[in-house]
Amino acid sequence: MTALINVPAKARRGDIIEIRTLTSHIMETGFRHTADGALVPRDIVTSFTCRYNGTEIFSADLFPAIAANPYLSFFTVAKESGKFEFEWTGDNGYSSSASASITVE
Amino acid sequence: MIFWRAIAAAALLATNSALLAGEIPPDERRSGYSFMGPDSRAMQDDDTSNPGMLFVLDGEALWTKKTGSAEKACADCHGDARSSMKGVAARYPALDKTLARPVTLDQRINLCRGNHQKATPLSYESRDLLALSAFVAHQSRGVPITAGGDPELKPFLEQGRDLFMQREGQLNLACANCHDHNFDKRLAGAPITQAQPTGYPLYRLEWQTLGSIERRLRSCMTGVRAQAYDYGSPELVALELYLMSRARGLPMETPAVRP
Repeated sequence: MTALINVPAKARRGDIIEIRTLTSHIMETGFRHTADGALVPRDIVTSFTCRYNGTEIFSADLFPAIAANPYLSFFTVAKESGKFEFEWTGDNGYSSSASASITVE
Repeated sequence: MIFWRAIAAAALLATNSALLAGEIPPDERRSGYSFMGPDSRAMQDDDTSNPGMLFVLDGEALWTKKTGSAEKACADCHGDARSSMKGVAARYPALDKTLARPVTLDQRINLCRGNHQKATPLSYESRDLLALSAFVAHQSRGVPITAGGDPELKPFLEQGRDLFMQREGQLNLACANCHDHNFDKRLAGAPITQAQPTGYPLYRLEWQTLGSIERRLRSCMTGVRAQAYDYGSPELVALELYLMSRARGLPMETPAVRP
């Protein structure tokens, strides 16, 4: 699915940088019913991880109360040039990934 | 007798001109953006936090995807949307010469699908239709609205204006009662805006998804406990046309974020 990632393209070694991610997902809670009374099955993203050159630097568990199209923002220290890899997994075998690169001077 | 008639006529004239005076002067027209809090504004301003941009990205993919029995993509006729679609959404709803009535951007997309791509129409509020119209309208971001300028649209524009002024529903309210006469006040804690449709299709946090102006109009009608018009009905198109002409000159914001 579509994702929007905001990672600074360049940073100085030791800088604290903000990473912002937004992904497309309906986040159906599993608590709602249709007009004829049938339960709408739960369909949410359950976990998110971010790896910086292969090392996990941030992860989060997500729950039904989180709004559709989850937005997560977090901070890390720019250590070396390389790649951030993002992965979202969820109900019904949902899996989505994205990546962004950074140059550290 | 004549005296009383003159007073009645004067009173009629006064209420009439009050109604016209109730319309918002062009230089006092403000986008719904200006009624929002700083957090919602920041969300709209940053393209990586604006969830509407997810739909724009989907629409960009659909633009170049071949579909229908003609095996054509939008891009095969229209080329690069960045130049060919710039300013287009700012003049919709626009007159369709063959149908002899105004059509909305959503309807235009479906007409294109039927006539040129030989594909089935996308249903109203479906993800694909919203994504395509968000992508097309996004190309007009910052372009001033020009809709309703066509003289042939005049009867439809008047129909839209009448619908805007007409009281309806169990609460017996017209659109104008809130959006012309009482904007800047509050309704159940939420600010009443001027109803300027600058950012459609837009991401409403309440809906948790993107939605069209027709969805917005229908939920207002349900709010005053009136029977909402069907999607694509001539009444909704006329209302959209009037609202767009009323917002003439305001810049497009698609995809906007609203609470």
